[in-house]
Amino acid sequence: MSEQLPDCPCKKDLSRRNVLVKIGAGMNALAAGLVGVPLLGYAMSTFTRGSKTSWVSLGALHNFPEGETRLATYRNPNSKPWDGETADIPCWVRRVDAESFQVFAINCTHLGCPVRWFQESRLFMCPCHGGVFYEDGSHASGPPPRGLFEYEHKIENDELKILGGYVPTLAEPLKKEDKA
Amino acid sequence: MMRSIALWLDERLHLAKLFQATAGHHVPSNTNSWFYVFGSGTLVCFILQIVTGTLLAFVYQPSAGEAWNSLQYLNNQAFLGWFLRAIHNWGSIFMVAIMSAHLVQTFLFGAFKYPRELTWVSGCVLFLCTLGMAFTGQILRFDQDAYWGLGIGASIMGRVPFVGAQLVHLMLAGSIIAGETLSRFFSLHVFVIPGTIIALLSLHLRLVLTKGINEYPQPGHVVNKETYATEYEQLIEKTGVPFVPNVIGKDMIFSAFLICAILACSLFFGPMGPSGPPNPTLIHTSPKPDFYFLPVFAALSLLPAEMETFLVLVLPVILIAALILLPFYSGTGEKSFRRRPVAVVIVLLAFLTVGVLAYEGTFEPWSPHMEAWSSAPTPRDQLKARTPLELQGAILIQGKQCRNCHALGGEGGLRGPALDTVATRLTRDQLIRQIIQGSGNMPAYGKNLRPAEVTALVAFMGTLKHSYQPAARDSSEHGSIK
Repeated sequence: MSEQLPDCPCKKDLSRRNVLVKIGAGMNALAAGLVGVPLLGYAMSTFTRGSKTSWVSLGALHNFPEGETRLATYRNPNSKPWDGETADIPCWVRRVDAESFQVFAINCTHLGCPVRWFQESRLFMCPCHGGVFYEDGSHASGPPPRGLFEYEHKIENDELKILGGYVPTLAEPLKKEDKA
Repeated sequence: MMRSIALWLDERLHLAKLFQATAGHHVPSNTNSWFYVFGSGTLVCFILQIVTGTLLAFVYQPSAGEAWNSLQYLNNQAFLGWFLRAIHNWGSIFMVAIMSAHLVQTFLFGAFKYPRELTWVSGCVLFLCTLGMAFTGQILRFDQDAYWGLGIGASIMGRVPFVGAQLVHLMLAGSIIAGETLSRFFSLHVFVIPGTIIALLSLHLRLVLTKGINEYPQPGHVVNKETYATEYEQLIEKTGVPFVPNVIGKDMIFSAFLICAILACSLFFGPMGPSGPPNPTLIHTSPKPDFYFLPVFAALSLLPAEMETFLVLVLPVILIAALILLPFYSGTGEKSFRRRPVAVVIVLLAFLTVGVLAYEGTFEPWSPHMEAWSSAPTPRDQLKARTPLELQGAILIQGKQCRNCHALGGEGGLRGPALDTVATRLTRDQLIRQIIQGSGNMPAYGKNLRPAEVTALVAFMGTLKHSYQPAARDSSEHGSIK
């Protein structure tokens, strides 16, 4: 089946060369691994590790009148100096009464577009595919598979704080506080 | 003198041999056809994209804080910067269009059949890479649409079971859209995908040389694995002509026409965007993808919600697999589209689907018109000779933002039915029930309307019909069948 090698004076060399090729291939496989593993680790590091969440302030409580829903923004706690305006993250704050709040992510649960609050009809509407939510964040109409994403929040020193620093998605709707 | 230089070069570079093996290779004379110009046309677009892209990178800043400003500088200050941006933008549109034509032509001409399976497979992957370039390029135009486009991408990734969250992190380079996200897409757009395209393109062209270009198919001439190679050899022997200079003429004319068309579009329509700055707190925006992704954008709204995740994640995989594997389940037999009605129907259906979805995506009838409640006035005719209570209802229709979803006099949202003749469809009781409880796509307004407001609204809506139309009536009360 295989072609006959022509007789040549180098025939003796061949076996020796074969050994060298094998050693060379082995060494290169090792070298490829040594280069490849850290490169892959670098490139894929974000696959396993998301950035940490932390408590950020949305401002003093008196900014949020009772019974109203207001747009608030916070600085992404993991922002880098070159993030520019993208580090300012908006969210909707609903003050139900003196003590209780709801903080909704700006992102529609359908595909992440920014929902807008309509005070008169007390609805959140999404400009992309027509998702609509009631004022308590529950699903009212359209393609979204669930109600609005809610941030974990707490009141500290007369300030409203939320656990921010991520885009909520269906895979990761609500993050708990990092243990670390 | 010239001759001696040429000979000197040829002796070292073997140019004559190279020419014979590549540009001068023999092709069947029947491929000298206007149907065969789309491949070279796509290549010309690609070269134009490389040149203009490289030049744009002289100025562009791949930094989330600066990208938008550098685009403004290109548009308004850099000498001919706007023109470069326009050519790059229109070049990408033409590249996708001409490449689609190439795909359709090779599909209809059976070019994917034995022995050109790998040519087809590499071409399909090139097509996907080009769409990848279109998407990443749209992200580099780091404006509002790009920002929320990334959000849409992340949301789709987040629907993948088990590793959704990890894929979101991988795509965004973290758990939020920020500077590193843009850097990642810059690297993909400028290094990773173009590198892949160049490698695959080399394979694609190499295969055209080794396996020959597909002959112009004749109806009734069937591909048979045993005999095809000999038949093709005989065809080349009988009718073969060198590609250069005998066949390349049409390609050259088409390419020149293509470049002129791109330049004309760039000149007349200018560059696209950037739209508003990528500031997520500016939420008064209606994100929309570039036109190549409008069909997908539309499908995402029109799919039934309960099948959406399945269809968005699985259907593309099935379609792409069916496309790539085509030569392996349909690799022999008839080549001519005159004898392949199913192939023709598939192409027509694909055009129809993409066309209809793109049309719907352009007008977005499913999206509320966010400003309609305050910007679209109530038509005068519908206010004439109304009682004070009815007029109060007319005010509520505006004030409660009903117009965002419901049109009056052709103005307003298309999400819900127009209300111009609603009184012919719903009785007073049905109107009250619909408003308070909602149903279908309509939210329930029970909590947001006082009883007096509902009364006023329904009183007004009860007048919304033409005078010659009968009002809706409750068949259970009056007994419509007598």
